[in-house]
Amino acid sequence: MTADRRDRAARIRELLGTEGEAVAANTKAFNAGRYDAVADLEDYDGTKDRARAIKEDAIERLPELIEELTDSVDANGGHVHRAEDAAAATAVIADIVDDAAGDTVVKSKSMTSEELDVNDVLAADGVDVWETDLGEFVIQLADEAPSHIVAPAIHRSREDIATLFESYFDLDAPPDTAADLVAIAREFLTDRIAEADVGMTGANFLVADTGTMALVTSEGNARKTVADTDVHIAVAGVEKIVPTVADLHPFVELLARSATGQSLTSYLTLLTPPSRSPTLDGDTPLGATDPDNEFHLVLVDNGRMALRDDPQLRETLYCIRCSACLNSCANFQHVGGHGFGGETYAGGIGTAWEAGVHSLDSAEDCGDYCTGCSRCVNQCPVEIDIPWLNQVVRDRINREGQAGFDWVYEGLVPDEEPGGLDPARRVFGNVGTIARLGSATAPVSNWVARRGIVRRVMDRLLGIDARRPLPTFERETLVDWFDDRGSTVQPGSAAREAVLYPDVYTNHIAVDRGKAALRALEAMDVHVRVPRAPESGRAPLSQGMIATAERQATATVDAMTPHLAAGRDVVVVEPSTLAMFRDDYANLLGSNPLAAESYDLFEYLYGRLANGGDLDALSRATGEAAVAYHAHCQQRTLGLATYTTTVLEALGYDVTTTSVECCGMAGSFGYKSEFYELSMAVGEDLTDDIDPDGRRLLASGTSCLEQLTAVFDRPAVHPVELVAP
Amino acid sequence: MSDSTLGAFRSALSDHDVATAATTRDTLVETLETVIDPPAVAAPLPYPVDLATVDGLTPGPTPAAVRDAATGVTAATVGVADTGSILLEPAGDGTEPVSLYPDHHVAVLDAADIVPDLGTAFEYLAAVFADGGDAVLATGPSATADMGELVYGAHGPSTVTVLILEGSA
Repeated sequence: MTADRRDRAARIRELLGTEGEAVAANTKAFNAGRYDAVADLEDYDGTKDRARAIKEDAIERLPELIEELTDSVDANGGHVHRAEDAAAATAVIADIVDDAAGDTVVKSKSMTSEELDVNDVLAADGVDVWETDLGEFVIQLADEAPSHIVAPAIHRSREDIATLFESYFDLDAPPDTAADLVAIAREFLTDRIAEADVGMTGANFLVADTGTMALVTSEGNARKTVADTDVHIAVAGVEKIVPTVADLHPFVELLARSATGQSLTSYLTLLTPPSRSPTLDGDTPLGATDPDNEFHLVLVDNGRMALRDDPQLRETLYCIRCSACLNSCANFQHVGGHGFGGETYAGGIGTAWEAGVHSLDSAEDCGDYCTGCSRCVNQCPVEIDIPWLNQVVRDRINREGQAGFDWVYEGLVPDEEPGGLDPARRVFGNVGTIARLGSATAPVSNWVARRGIVRRVMDRLLGIDARRPLPTFERETLVDWFDDRGSTVQPGSAAREAVLYPDVYTNHIAVDRGKAALRALEAMDVHVRVPRAPESGRAPLSQGMIATAERQATATVDAMTPHLAAGRDVVVVEPSTLAMFRDDYANLLGSNPLAAESYDLFEYLYGRLANGGDLDALSRATGEAAVAYHAHCQQRTLGLATYTTTVLEALGYDVTTTSVECCGMAGSFGYKSEFYELSMAVGEDLTDDIDPDGRRLLASGTSCLEQLTAVFDRPAVHPVELVAP
Repeated sequence: MSDSTLGAFRSALSDHDVATAATTRDTLVETLETVIDPPAVAAPLPYPVDLATVDGLTPGPTPAAVRDAATGVTAATVGVADTGSILLEPAGDGTEPVSLYPDHHVAVLDAADIVPDLGTAFEYLAAVFADGGDAVLATGPSATADMGELVYGAHGPSTVTVLILEGSA
């Protein structure tokens, strides 16, 4: 492995050993809480649709809403400062603090202020800046960056914090309980708030027509930050604006549920500043004099208006920073934002934020951890296609490449990508070509690939981890086999006609499951064809090779169009391929004629059984009927896993399922040497769901099968191999 | 407001570890005396009640009295049955610091102001902000999980009691 890969692997190993446990406990608790909390909502999907529509409209009308908000704040007696970039924003904040003769500034949590590095700028001016959110306070004392956008100290355990407090506050012993820690921090920060002249907050939302701002908090520190200082500075990205107070409603329903699984946080503060509340200064009884509070809204662009003009990344601005995409991500659950994060933002949506407000370099640190598993997609309260944003950013990083480093074989590779592309990405993205060569030269290709020296070279040059067994290519592909065999069900008398799409893995590697799929479909009285077909584009898309993916998608749609015209259904074995047909093609091609005509294999079998198919034509459970089924992540996102379980149960199997978001293999991810240990750590979570009690292991995805076999050290098979006659 | 809305409100408050007590305009002084931990401070209530007659309670307190108080008494203008939330409307009268600094917050709410859900509360809020007002929708005590487990009383009150005024004005 190269030095870069080795460094990253070492960093991940360190995070897994130090912060991983606390991150995992907290994120998994948030994630489980979120599932429960959104289930309580009367119309979760409708509420998400409304929130999405409000954001789409607000970002579309943003210039006009900025003007309206500016007028509203002015009319209320506040001041709006528009800042084009971080330097302009911090300069205006420094000036306001200076004008207020502020020696001490207290802050409530604001990721936007983290993005701007406000604290550093003020500290350089000799201002004492104190974070009053207890999580932020902990990382301020520890001199760390947030590891999570909602719970910044999520990587630290109570014991950890106790040791930190013991040293900072010079205590005789570490405090015993969380309540003790809170009491110490509260007392210290109450004094800081009392002596502060300026209070700085973020804003979760800004309402254009009234100048009202929303702060969603639990501790009460944001309230004190505003209530006990004369000068209030709110720092917010321009994307936080919504048109009216009524527009806040769906977000209030969704935000806390999506974040930590609470129906609401303790305090939803809706301020129309400047605040009329009396501060706790002087000796005059409250209410006896009119307070003279000052309000400044610093509206930050810092790349956001450019994101708005970027048709592929615009939806980043719909993000309400709830962290559902962090908590539902198997990789994030293990390394947190100190691994899966850029300069400021972390997790799935972090990549696009970093690309927008910082740089592609910072985005790359974050985005490499996204496997495209899609588990975050349904969890996003504003329905952002986060994996797609990550693939778009990855494509731009690929294209930025290594300037001036021209690969001699650029003209020789079967893709549309630039010379600077990382060679490992090129290999994974061109897996179809490799599979064709592998099958054509099998078994020699397999013997060669297994040799230690070859694996060491692959590891060094391509970062393909030598600890992972490589797939074995079959000499006879599914298509070749079918050419000789043909269909046993005649088209004239068949109940349906279908194309069994020969994805790369089913065609070249797991050929037996393809044969089993064919037998199962024929048992349901389906006339099946297995035509030669272009690759789906999944492999290049997963490497951010969008032009190549687009070319393959176009070719696949062209190849399938005559079949669709002839009324044939398209049945897919590999779930990641089906996700292309159902979902990703819309991103790549604009329109997607395959979406409504393509089916998961078991979805299709279930459909046949529900429409006159003969259950007895399939193979019933005999002997050991206890199975553990791990559905593929993309299959679950599409809501299709239930068909496999239902059919297996109908055939007499006793099925347990897994609850992990992803098995950790995620296509090529687990093969990459820098990520091997993370992939295995994620895979180990499966042992919480599946007792090592000898149940037969079943999985739908090729890479999931590899991972189950690696984690449990016994073979796993595709469920169709059980049910096919 | 129906009995079932009141019941749902009480039950949702209890889910958030918020205590409730029923009272009337006539018995408010006695009820306050039983629930406050002295020293207590109060912001003005929109009811004809002489807070100066409540033992241990200082209406119109100084900033120092607010910082030293164990209990803060304020009005709540709306209760949300679904979520167990109360709406506070900070203004020049000190509702914000009085409800925030003392460890025990006692909110006085007219039962007639309990609404079924957030949607209804938002209709009311639109009117508040049209007038340039402020509002805090408070649900349960101040809380944090940042120190490794859930703790009440992070920066704001660790206990909250809602006094529900029943009977017409």
